[in-house]
Amino acid sequence: MRHRKTGRKLGRNTSHRKAMMRNMVTSFFDCEKITTTDARAKELRKMAEKLITMARRGDLHSRRLIMQVVRDNKTTAKLVDTIAPRYADRPGGYTRIIKLGHRAGDNAALSMIELVEEEVVAKPKKKKAPAKKVAKKVEAPAEEAPAEEAPAEEAPAEEAPTEEAPTEEAPTEEAKDEK
Amino acid sequence: MAVPKKKTSKSKRDMRRSHDALKAPGISLCPQCQEPKQSHRACPSCGSYKGKDVLGVEE
Repeated sequence: MRHRKTGRKLGRNTSHRKAMMRNMVTSFFDCEKITTTDARAKELRKMAEKLITMARRGDLHSRRLIMQVVRDNKTTAKLVDTIAPRYADRPGGYTRIIKLGHRAGDNAALSMIELVEEEVVAKPKKKKAPAKKVAKKVEAPAEEAPAEEAPAEEAPAEEAPTEEAPTEEAPTEEAKDEK
Repeated sequence: MAVPKKKTSKSKRDMRRSHDALKAPGISLCPQCQEPKQSHRACPSCGSYKGKDVLGVEE
């Protein structure tokens, strides 16, 4: 039975796996894009998404919880101060995995995992569909067109200042942590 | 030691192998460069996936 057997062992014992995942998630937040095998990328996604969700809270406690995994002051500061604010409006799904093909040496399936850059586009379909049911099917396409355009125009204007501010603060935060 | 009493007939052998065939991978044409590429993967020749450059391949 595979009850309660989630996750991959990746051919390692527990300590080796934990250490490897720590290293990977740290360099993932440093570089924001890393290339690795399919299986490792999928494991990394679970870990990274949880850390970003935690970082969005941004308080001291969440910082300390992140430090238990990402044992690096600079990376933790970057995660909480610059990466997490980008995803303030995004309900999960902060990463994207793109399959790249196979590695030359051992034919391992490679993929690239990256932080999602795009702004969140609200999906009117899902929310409206259950309320409308069958009767108003004809109106749906006409309503969706303006609804999708509106958030796309608003989003860049709102996010532009918030993105700049944390990046300027980041160096000072890092400096404090080092001392 | 336990050994087979009879040689496996060609029929039995081939029937056993009836499920062993390999499936060809799904191949489609890259919308960017029209080269064949594997589905759901970045194009190895132009490095694009869903209209974006992924691999950073220079022409």
